[in-house]
Amino acid sequence: MVTLSDFLVLGAILFTVSALGIFINRKNVIILLMCVELMLLAVNTNFLAFSYFVGNLHGQLFVFFVLTVAAAESAIGLAIIVLLMRNRGSINVQDINELHG
Amino acid sequence: MSDLKTICSIIAFAPLVGAIVAGMGGRYIGRAGAHTVTIAGVAISCVLSVRLLLSLLAAGEDARVYDETLYTWLESGGLTLQIGFLIDQLSATMMVVVTSVSLMVHIYTIGYMRDDPGYQRFFSYISLFTFAMLMLVMANNFVQLFFGWEGVGLVSYLLIGFWYTRDSAIFANMKAFLVNRIGDMGMVLGIAAVAYLFGSLDFADVFADPASHSGVTFELINGKPWSAITVTCILLFIGAMAKSAQFPLHVWLPDSMEGPTPISALIHAATMVTAGIFLLARTSPLFELSETALSLVMTIGAVTALFMGFLGIVQHDIKRVIAYSTLSQLGYMTVALGASAYAAGIFHLTTHAFFKALLFLSAGSVIIAMHHQQDMRSMGGLRKYMPITYVTCLIGTLALVGFPGFAGFFSKDAIIEAVKHSQLPGAGFAYIAVLAGVFVTSLYSFRLLFLVFHGKERMDEETRGHLHETPLVVTGPLMALAIPSVIIGALAMEPMLFGGYFGDAIFVLPAHQTLAELQSHWHGAVQFTLHGFTQPPFWLMLGGLISAWVLYMSKPELPAKIAAAFSPLHQLLLNNYYLDRFNQWLFAGGLRGIGQFLWRIGDVTIIDGLVVNGSARTVGALSAVLRHIQTGYLYHYAFAMMIGLMVLMSMLWFVIH
Amino acid sequence: MLTEKILFYLFATILIFAASMVVTVRHSVRAALFLVLAFFTSAGLWLMLQAEFLAIVLVLVYVGAVMVLFLFVVMSVDLDQGRLREGFGRHMPLGLVITGVVIAEMVAILNIKELALTAPEEAAYVGSNVEAIGRLMFVEYIYPVEIASVILLVGIIAAISMTLRGRRQSRYIAVNEQLAATKQDRLRVVDLREPGQTGSPAQPPIPDNGADSPSTGAES
Repeated sequence: MVTLSDFLVLGAILFTVSALGIFINRKNVIILLMCVELMLLAVNTNFLAFSYFVGNLHGQLFVFFVLTVAAAESAIGLAIIVLLMRNRGSINVQDINELHG
Repeated sequence: MSDLKTICSIIAFAPLVGAIVAGMGGRYIGRAGAHTVTIAGVAISCVLSVRLLLSLLAAGEDARVYDETLYTWLESGGLTLQIGFLIDQLSATMMVVVTSVSLMVHIYTIGYMRDDPGYQRFFSYISLFTFAMLMLVMANNFVQLFFGWEGVGLVSYLLIGFWYTRDSAIFANMKAFLVNRIGDMGMVLGIAAVAYLFGSLDFADVFADPASHSGVTFELINGKPWSAITVTCILLFIGAMAKSAQFPLHVWLPDSMEGPTPISALIHAATMVTAGIFLLARTSPLFELSETALSLVMTIGAVTALFMGFLGIVQHDIKRVIAYSTLSQLGYMTVALGASAYAAGIFHLTTHAFFKALLFLSAGSVIIAMHHQQDMRSMGGLRKYMPITYVTCLIGTLALVGFPGFAGFFSKDAIIEAVKHSQLPGAGFAYIAVLAGVFVTSLYSFRLLFLVFHGKERMDEETRGHLHETPLVVTGPLMALAIPSVIIGALAMEPMLFGGYFGDAIFVLPAHQTLAELQSHWHGAVQFTLHGFTQPPFWLMLGGLISAWVLYMSKPELPAKIAAAFSPLHQLLLNNYYLDRFNQWLFAGGLRGIGQFLWRIGDVTIIDGLVVNGSARTVGALSAVLRHIQTGYLYHYAFAMMIGLMVLMSMLWFVIH
Repeated sequence: MLTEKILFYLFATILIFAASMVVTVRHSVRAALFLVLAFFTSAGLWLMLQAEFLAIVLVLVYVGAVMVLFLFVVMSVDLDQGRLREGFGRHMPLGLVITGVVIAEMVAILNIKELALTAPEEAAYVGSNVEAIGRLMFVEYIYPVEIASVILLVGIIAAISMTLRGRRQSRYIAVNEQLAATKQDRLRVVDLREPGQTGSPAQPPIPDNGADSPSTGAES
């Protein structure tokens, strides 16, 4: 049977893969945002796994709120990308370094 | 007793009120108002002080000492600091001396400072000084005494630098203040030691039973215990050394002649410099318990008495001669204190106050007449033009050299006799020194008299044309001071020295009863005077007179030849034993050097350069390197997060397993 | 039991495959589509975890709204295909190493017996999942719900205010205003003579180019 640790490992792998995606992706900001969504997905899976195996419904509530915030955040993130495209003409991550030291 | 409290308060605060009104009044009261209000204040104090003294003397054996607190300032940790008055024979005598000389000087100043723009300021200052000095002598605890101590030091600074636009005056007043500061260091430490030893700063508590503390020791250096009383007394004496200008802290007094002559008379002859003598007499119960301290006091006094006299012989400025004379006489007083003849010391203080003030004021009279010319080489033969000044100056000189019959003779001879009978180490040297000092005193005093009033007239025609006797406001005080210079010695010697005059105010151990020896030979003032003609001091004085006559009247070319023959010695004396140069080089120069070092290296290099600017530069350099971590690229940041996560998890893994 | 396990491993594999594809494909649209696949798969996983409501919400909200939005933006952004061809081979090895290490560590930590819980005897809720969540949400978590709604509002406002372009300025002729103009509105005569002076004031110097014509007043 499936145990909690299986789900946790799955969440870990998902999270790590999307982290890998963030730092090998040098060309496209949109891929970046997609990787963020994947991370949130991994975290949500974790929450739900714990909620199920421990028998506490509050974990599901938390996921609900995370989904809400993630939706709002992706909307704003995409708006920023549109602006970037408008003002710079490029969404290459390597060109977005004006906040450097 | 509250009546007495009111009287004492008036005595102390009347001059203060005068000082404040004169200082702040300005245009509203004018010059006449300034001198009227201050003279009124001091006159009231003088009259009341004389009344107090007379009532104390009249009561004789039953004289009750008045010791009461006016106002408690603060109480902290067992110590109570208060304003209070202690009126006994010692302080009453001092009060009379201070107020009477101050009154004379106030009146004199009307004439002396007539043309000076700082007229009102001057009156305010000398009244303020009188207030501070009175607080000092009337104090019933160490803190108030110290307040008066500092107060007179401050006003002395203000008055020496009265003509503050002169560089030399500013140099002199800084010097006076700084040298006094050194003494004050010792004074403060001494007061602290008293507080530590006795747990209280009131005279009544400290002098009640000092012998009970005589076994206590301080171990300032490990393994070398010093008697606490000795340490305390030496520290207090350091304070007295600066204030009463004993060697080596005497260097400020000759420079203090930069101030106007009235203050030389008031402060540096009669009152401020005697504060140290007063202190030692006041703390006699403590000093008596420490032979080391007494011995030190006597030795330093003797050194001052003799060596300062030598310096008086070669001075050209009329005021400087009298200044060195003051130094020498202060040495005499100190020697008397060291020989446990406190009464003689105070007696000499009293007589000296009068005749030295007289000498200073007459010098001032000469200076006025010569239109502020002070060099004796341009004077001569003034007795034709200024008879009153001449006569009063002559009286003062005779008193100073100790001519039998005049005031100074009684006090000086008492001191010499007392020293002869003292058993302390150093008494032998002291005796020789004070005896030799008589010759030297006579030499320079008569030198001054002959150079200024006798002999050839060396002044230029224009000055001679204007020479005339000074007005009554100037000569009046001279005459007033001449009277006690003559009679006070004869009148006061017996009661003061032998008659239990000071009662319990001064305490002398039986082992040191030097004055008692003198008393056993005492058969009255007249007899003492006649006997004086046969004693060594008289011969020495006569020797000085004859030498002065020879050198400055009959063979005036001789001094120059002797100076040339003994040129190194002459140079040594002219340069004040190179003490001033030494102080300037070592202390002033050294401290300036330390200051420069601390500024250039400590402040600029280390603090500014290294710490402040250095830390800024370090931060700048570091951040110039570290800023490259912030690349602006999101993937770099994410990468860093992953690395961090990896490290954390490795740590966690080691913890779990 | 067994079906559960098989299903779990199947879904897990597809999910991880989809995630890796999101990260590695060159074309953004394909990446978005793989992300959609990932979401669907994880919705299935969530159903296994008895979180039906949330699984459906995931599909409806995330896939239905957010991913659609992503696709809009991906397609509206005109990507430079040339630069797309650049590989990420340079960074891949290091990334793979790090990722491998992290995954290994995580697996090592997580595969411990304390965490190997099995399905509990009593479930987290009885009956309908939606009802249970609803009951919990509106009783205990009502405050966070309101805040969440504010966050969404803020999101809307932010997105709109950032990307909204103001109205374009167009130039037009207001004929009514032109016809309604009067001489008094357009011209004003001012007397510059000194007080007490009569006659005409001094003539101003005539400039060299006499082509100056008196101006006809203010522009409209």
